[in-house]
Amino acid sequence: MADFTSSFWNWFIAVPTVIGILVLFWLNRKMTTPRRGRQETTKTTGHVWDEDLRELNNPLPRWWLNMFYITLVFGLAYLVLYPGLGTFAGMLRWSQQDQYERELAAANQRYGELYEKYLREQLTVLAANPDAVKTGERLFVNYCASCHGSDARGAPGYPNLRDGDWLWGGDPQAIEFTILNGRQAAMPAWGQVLGQDGVANVAEYVLSLSGKRTVNESAVAEGKAKFQQLCVACHGPEGKGNSALGAPNLTDDVWLYGGSQRVVMETIERGRSGRMPAHEDFLGEAKVHLLAAYVYSLSHGKTVEK
Amino acid sequence: MSAKSQRVIPVVAAGAIEPELYAKREQVYPREVHGVFARWRLLMVALTLGIYYGLPWINWGEGRQAFLIDLPGRKFNLFFWTFWPQDLFYLTAILIISALSLFLFTAVAGRLWCGYTCPQTVWTEVFLWIERRIEGDRPRQIRLAASPWNAERIFKKGAKHFVWMAFAGWTGFTFVGYFTPIHELAAAVPTVAAGPWETFWILFYSLATYGNAGFLREQVCIYMCPYARFQSVMFDRDTLVISYDGARGEPRAARRRTEDPKARGLGDCIDCTLCVQVCPTGIDIRDGLQYQCIACGACIDVCDTVMEKMNYPKGLIRYTTQNELDGAKPRRIVRPRVLVYSAILGMLTVALIVAVLLRVPLQLDVIRDRNSLYRETPEGLIENVYTLKILNMDARAHRFTLRAEGIEDLRLVRDGASIAAGAGEVIEVPVRLQAEEDELEHRSSRVQFILQSEDDSRLRVREQARFLGPERER
Repeated sequence: MADFTSSFWNWFIAVPTVIGILVLFWLNRKMTTPRRGRQETTKTTGHVWDEDLRELNNPLPRWWLNMFYITLVFGLAYLVLYPGLGTFAGMLRWSQQDQYERELAAANQRYGELYEKYLREQLTVLAANPDAVKTGERLFVNYCASCHGSDARGAPGYPNLRDGDWLWGGDPQAIEFTILNGRQAAMPAWGQVLGQDGVANVAEYVLSLSGKRTVNESAVAEGKAKFQQLCVACHGPEGKGNSALGAPNLTDDVWLYGGSQRVVMETIERGRSGRMPAHEDFLGEAKVHLLAAYVYSLSHGKTVEK
Repeated sequence: MSAKSQRVIPVVAAGAIEPELYAKREQVYPREVHGVFARWRLLMVALTLGIYYGLPWINWGEGRQAFLIDLPGRKFNLFFWTFWPQDLFYLTAILIISALSLFLFTAVAGRLWCGYTCPQTVWTEVFLWIERRIEGDRPRQIRLAASPWNAERIFKKGAKHFVWMAFAGWTGFTFVGYFTPIHELAAAVPTVAAGPWETFWILFYSLATYGNAGFLREQVCIYMCPYARFQSVMFDRDTLVISYDGARGEPRAARRRTEDPKARGLGDCIDCTLCVQVCPTGIDIRDGLQYQCIACGACIDVCDTVMEKMNYPKGLIRYTTQNELDGAKPRRIVRPRVLVYSAILGMLTVALIVAVLLRVPLQLDVIRDRNSLYRETPEGLIENVYTLKILNMDARAHRFTLRAEGIEDLRLVRDGASIAAGAGEVIEVPVRLQAEEDELEHRSSRVQFILQSEDDSRLRVREQARFLGPERER
């Protein structure tokens, strides 16, 4: 595959390389002092310092010289077999991509059976299998912990996977779907529509739904009116959420971005567009299956959090 | 010296002879020698080889080799202790101590390492001994080498090389036994069931021993070994070196035993050249101290026997210092250099021993979750998540308690039951630290985790970590 539009660079590399090696051959030969006969004295370089100081010009040891030639021959052979002369792929057609794919195939062959075995089992069954859960945990720490935390309790913007609260559905199949295909949240920004006061009022109402302290009853009432107008389409008439849309349950005091008044106001004013990446192509079905089982086991283990 | 006894040195015009720079090797046939230093060398050979061949066979604990370098397992068994890669600095200390002790005893008495303990010398000694038993002493060896390939030569050379190879094979096998448990290896080798790498290294080290001790011998000392060159740098004028007392020995000449040498104006050296014949590196010590001399003392021993026979005092070749030879100063062993080396060496040795004795075979590594700075719990506490790696380097299983401190009312939350780690096990323990926002004085606070073994109060480690919280509004 040509990386450049013209083949100039290809020749620019290939020709000087080959010429260079040939020049080195010639240079080696030229610089080789002929072997000294037994009776001949060692030649000097011809230069005399301080009246009588001379430098001998002994021939290099034969084995040393032969090493040079061997490396040149090796170099040429290498360039014939492997890529190095421009876009020439080499007679062995070796490439990094091929090597990677071969290693991947070898790994799949080695671990494929185990993964296939797990892939065939139901998620609820896997979640009760300690070996599968341990494998899932290791996969989790490797692929998921950077966002969800090593203990899976999340961070602002990254859900807590240990609680019973699910944005997109908590049954095993929904969890697996989420990991496979990703999710895209779409909370609109209501700042323009509501205005500063409107945002504050709606925030008060939302906080009151979770049983949090309410300061201003009138604000709550006004907020409720706006809520019924704008928010129930996604969040439901009682604010219980809608897992088909990924709209959170606003009554359970579990906050993805934070439950302080400031953060709730920010959410309403600016909206949110959290994104869970899709892992199907990246990890493959088998690993995702194990991860789904692990995540499911977190909220269905011996102790379940709120 | 009288005019008659002066040696005439031939004068050659400069530039007429170009030096022949390539020195063809001449085979050295060291003659057998007995004496004080020969006995010391024999003792050192027995000691060093006894340790080398015997050590891997010793076991300590349940099926555990006392001295084993387990490379795949990253563990080093040393009798009572098992050292992990985390203990590597002990090795550094050992190497520094070895270097310093080398400087010390070389400054005092020259190339003691070369003559008595160097593996090249020790194995060459053994191979020479085998050669002497089979071929005979030096004169016989020289005659055999000059003889045609008759039955005698074929048989003797063949037998010698066979015994050499067997001994080299035993050496290579033992070497690998330091890295793979030797009892297993001993069972595997006869059935050719050793792993490919073990087989390779056994053959490699056997070949190396055979080649070095059988063929290369003094070529290693003369051309290859860096010790030969830099050991001389560690000498000074008060270092004990093996020297020929030229003032006493010259002029050298043969004479009858009953003659009085002084009457003929001769020195004590009778020019028997035995000192040259016994030298394993093939030099003439009468030419003075040379870099090829490995200080084996063979020339001292043989010259002393000759002196005895001639009824002259011993010590024509002896251990002496340059200052003494020059007649300038008396022997001075204890001098600033020696004292400084000894002091530093002593301190480091004590420090190493103390460090090893005080070693706590427990380590705690704290890895803080870095996906977010901190987390707020539903109760409003600030939370940081950590993964703790506990390395139980002890030979027994232990249970541990864990606590954290550094912030007022700091809470440590952990899932699961008590922490238990088997012998030599590394376990991962996820924990969370929670603190009130008001108690955090800085954005980043120092906290410490304290891990304590429940059954051994000696096993206790304290590890620093950081706890991050929100920006402080002032």
